[in-house]
Amino acid sequence: MSILVFSEDRELAYQLLAKASELAEKMSKEVYCLTSETPEDYIKQGADKVLQSELGDFALESYRAALLKAVEASDAELILMGATKRGKELAPRIAAALNAGCMTECNKVDYIDGEVVIERLTYGGSTIAKETSTSKPTIITAAPRSFDKLEPQEKTGEVIKLEFEASEPKVKVLETREKPKGTQDLENADIIVSAGRGFKAKEDLAILEELAEALGGAAIGCTRPISADLGWMDDWVGISGKKVKPSLYMTCGVSGQIQHVAGIRDSKIIVSINNDEGAGIHGVSDYSIVGDIYEVLPALIKALKEKA
Amino acid sequence: MRQLVLLKDIPDLKEITIDRETRHPKTEGIKTKISDLDKRALEAAIQAKGKVGGEVIVLSMGDDKTKTALLEALAMGADGAYIINEAGVKGIDTNATSHVLEAAIREIGEYDVIISGEMTLDSLSSQIGPRLAELLDHPQVTYVKEYELSEGSVKAVRDLDNLEEVVEAPLPAIVTVVREINEPRIPSLMNIMKAKRKPQTVWSLADLGLSLEEVQAMSYVKIKDVTAPEMTRKQVKIEADTIEEAASKLAAAIKEEGVI
Repeated sequence: MSILVFSEDRELAYQLLAKASELAEKMSKEVYCLTSETPEDYIKQGADKVLQSELGDFALESYRAALLKAVEASDAELILMGATKRGKELAPRIAAALNAGCMTECNKVDYIDGEVVIERLTYGGSTIAKETSTSKPTIITAAPRSFDKLEPQEKTGEVIKLEFEASEPKVKVLETREKPKGTQDLENADIIVSAGRGFKAKEDLAILEELAEALGGAAIGCTRPISADLGWMDDWVGISGKKVKPSLYMTCGVSGQIQHVAGIRDSKIIVSINNDEGAGIHGVSDYSIVGDIYEVLPALIKALKEKA
Repeated sequence: MRQLVLLKDIPDLKEITIDRETRHPKTEGIKTKISDLDKRALEAAIQAKGKVGGEVIVLSMGDDKTKTALLEALAMGADGAYIINEAGVKGIDTNATSHVLEAAIREIGEYDVIISGEMTLDSLSSQIGPRLAELLDHPQVTYVKEYELSEGSVKAVRDLDNLEEVVEAPLPAIVTVVREINEPRIPSLMNIMKAKRKPQTVWSLADLGLSLEEVQAMSYVKIKDVTAPEMTRKQVKIEADTIEEAASKLAAAIKEEGVI
């Protein structure tokens, strides 16, 4: 029996390997992972055995086939997968094929009194559920930055070639379009400044770029209304959008709707700037200024530059 | 063309209250509504039916109240509804749920598309679509923001993490939708009246050839506890005589935290 790790996103795979190593020690299991390239890096990040396979570009059928082979080869009782959108559509496929329990987008995974217990958001993000699964294997997915990767270790491991046969893809990809850069990597951003309905016009969002620069570089996010309703920006932060885990999340003119707050719950420091003293966001912030963003932001940019 | 829409009637998230002592949410006995993304899947199906014709049938696992909840779907334009009503299945996991839905879908038999939301907003699990694609061996087209049906195939734009994909799949296929796909219509009073005359079929597990014991035996994930933890934040309110001074204090505070 072992723990098997897979994500097509390398950084995320490393983060999962760190969690798998921690669990493996408590459970006295070996850590396997599946990848196509540079298996030695995965060993340094915590894998005991690397299943190396020609995975190629993502196709559901081939990744599914490779993973099922990997589960067999590793005799995995626990499978940790990355909750990218690709991972989120792959994990339940594997679970269904294995007649297994699957717990998605887990924020915490621990081994307590002989069972693996996870925590994940439910009810639109307003609650946290503690869950466990009795099936062997069980599949768990986690979003980027749920766990910290290890410092690369000097350790040895085994590389095992894995062959698999995949059926033809059932879905034909006619075209792929890159999304505009800039807002796309919110999930991995270390600092995020975020716009809410306190902004009165799209042009006014430009000040967030200045603020981002004054913070030494930051990703720019927004709430759902700014993106989905007004179309001023592409991706929003929240339970239905991107879930983020930055060191610093600075909200500007954000009221603090539960769906938004659920998406920023794991931020280290939350700052709120909002002129409404009663805005819910102040109650879930580490630091808050009750003031007009149109006045506070220029002053803050100036202050940050002076302190730099 | 026959489109089968999976709908889940869930507690209205706005009505959920939290017990101050136990921090447990109160989710029973409150108003329910069709999960938002499922409703958008229904809207997409109704719009597609407007172009290619055929029927839109809804399927839901629920309880005694689901018949009433699904009147909204029928009023929006669905032609009929199937409900699986079995008290004992409450709380079963996605593995067991997908097997029950699979049995119901096989019982319905004739369909070209099975469409639902990418996730339901109560459990946020995003599993049912892909699981059904595996169990029924159908093409899986997830995260759909544009949906177009034609004879024998579905064309869609998928919203992925860093890119969009334009895809085509043969029918029958499984489709799951994201929020951006549309804004669901609000049914007219006349259509609400008409909805009551549309057919609704209620099944027990036995009607689908399943027993409660075998379904429960396929349910592996157990919920140990659900709480609404309070966010423990420092909640430092920065106050100063001037905005400049407040801004300067904030800049100092975040520097002190070591996050910039």
